[in-house]
Amino acid sequence: MSFQRTYAIVLRVFYLMRGSFTRVFPLFAWSAIDIILWGFITRYLNSVAQSNFNFVSTLLGAVLMWDFFTRVMYGVTTSFFEDVWARNFLNIFASPLKIPEYLTGLVLASILTSAFGLVIMVLIATFLFGLSLFSYGILLIPFILVLFLFGIALGIVAISVVLRLGPAAEWFVWPIPSVLAPLAAVFYPVATLPSWLQPLARLLPPSYVFEGMRAVVAGHSEPIGLLLIGGAIAVADIFLASWLFKAMFSHAVRTGLIARYSAESTT
Amino acid sequence: MQSNSPANNSKDVQSAKTVLTLRDICKNYGETRAVDNISFSAQHNEIVGLLGPNGAGKTTTINMILGVLAPTSGSITIDDIDIAKQRSKALERTNFAAVYAPMPGNLTVAQNLRIFGMLYSVANLSARIEEMLEAFDLKHFRNTRCGVLSSGEQTRAGLAKALINRPTLLLMDEPTASLDPSAARDIRERIVNYARDNAVGVLWTSHNMYEVTDVCSRVLFLSKGKILIEGDPKLLPEEHGKSSLEELFVTVAREPLSIRETEAA
Repeated sequence: MSFQRTYAIVLRVFYLMRGSFTRVFPLFAWSAIDIILWGFITRYLNSVAQSNFNFVSTLLGAVLMWDFFTRVMYGVTTSFFEDVWARNFLNIFASPLKIPEYLTGLVLASILTSAFGLVIMVLIATFLFGLSLFSYGILLIPFILVLFLFGIALGIVAISVVLRLGPAAEWFVWPIPSVLAPLAAVFYPVATLPSWLQPLARLLPPSYVFEGMRAVVAGHSEPIGLLLIGGAIAVADIFLASWLFKAMFSHAVRTGLIARYSAESTT
Repeated sequence: MQSNSPANNSKDVQSAKTVLTLRDICKNYGETRAVDNISFSAQHNEIVGLLGPNGAGKTTTINMILGVLAPTSGSITIDDIDIAKQRSKALERTNFAAVYAPMPGNLTVAQNLRIFGMLYSVANLSARIEEMLEAFDLKHFRNTRCGVLSSGEQTRAGLAKALINRPTLLLMDEPTASLDPSAARDIRERIVNYARDNAVGVLWTSHNMYEVTDVCSRVLFLSKGKILIEGDPKLLPEEHGKSSLEELFVTVAREPLSIRETEAA
């Protein structure tokens, strides 16, 4: 592993961000709108529910965490898309850059961009709607970590799909968080799902995070076990996703797709 | 340099000064054989022309040397490093410029050179970037995005990227395509001077036979994935009864069988 080559991938993203409002704006804009929308919804629900249930901590907190997960995933995919959009595959992959260095660079770039989005979301949720992330206690750290790891894994799976199917497959990537949200127990417990869907939800690390968040808000015992399971699945997913990308890259080198990527197929 | 022409044996292609060796390389796309059992090598301080009509297998060969396309069979070594086994190490000694692979247009010249310099682990990178900007008259364009440069300027920027890591093997895929004659001559001179001063091996493809005659010490003619003939571009036309390299090229493209018969005789 060469840190310099990994850093080159991160630096490239920084250069692009620095000179481009259109790249910086989406890092926080859509998430901020989400937080504002759900902030008002939860405020309204708190006023009409007439119970001790705190919608801000549960629903708004969940939306914030889900948006963070989404930003992590998009952070990986967007950095990869920069090479697709600039038709830069030949230059990048004909260099000494190794696949682990490339993926690590995408992950580091994602940390920077998603952290920026997270800070903006937290500021809005805290100062406009009174959400206190400290209400989750020290467990906030593993909550974020598990979502981060799964966001990375899903991002790598997404770019593997695009590498295999061509630039147009980008449109498969953007809806992935929306497709997963119903199964990830973001807004309701896994038990709400039909029994035949629940095993699928249990395969998704975010479901353990959001079940854990609800348990903390409800004052139940600390969901350490849930988080360990979610974390283990997320780590395994990262290994599987990295293997998938490497396999897709080998396929692209074998078939000539890297050199003729815009053609989407060599057959 | 030797080829897989009848006079040569692929086992004898390597020597102490060899920078590039291809042994029995084949590339199949399904039922189609794009490159058909070619073997050749290139020495340090040698500019080798890879010629042939469109679809002959030139770019496929270059892509295999660059490690972005895996051969179906055969091996490629750069400075005795097998690219299939030590891809990253082999590519550290290589670089390329091609009109179809411009640097990202949304980064400036200096930014691109820094990124690629880091990817190629260039020591004292800032000083090397300055050298390249100076050598290719790019100082004024240091902070200009590559996408807004003219064709000639983009070619010079691409060459600066191609030389930033002081490669021992340089792959030039039609480096002067789309340039006016004056800019093309300028680019040719820069590459030739660099290759001469640094004992670099260069593999050069072009459809400009004047250019090939001017810069290449040896050429390989590819047709339908095979090396048909090889030799000194200044002598080859006469050896095959043609008045110029261009006429020989046209014959290779239109009547490759007649060339095979001449070679066999």
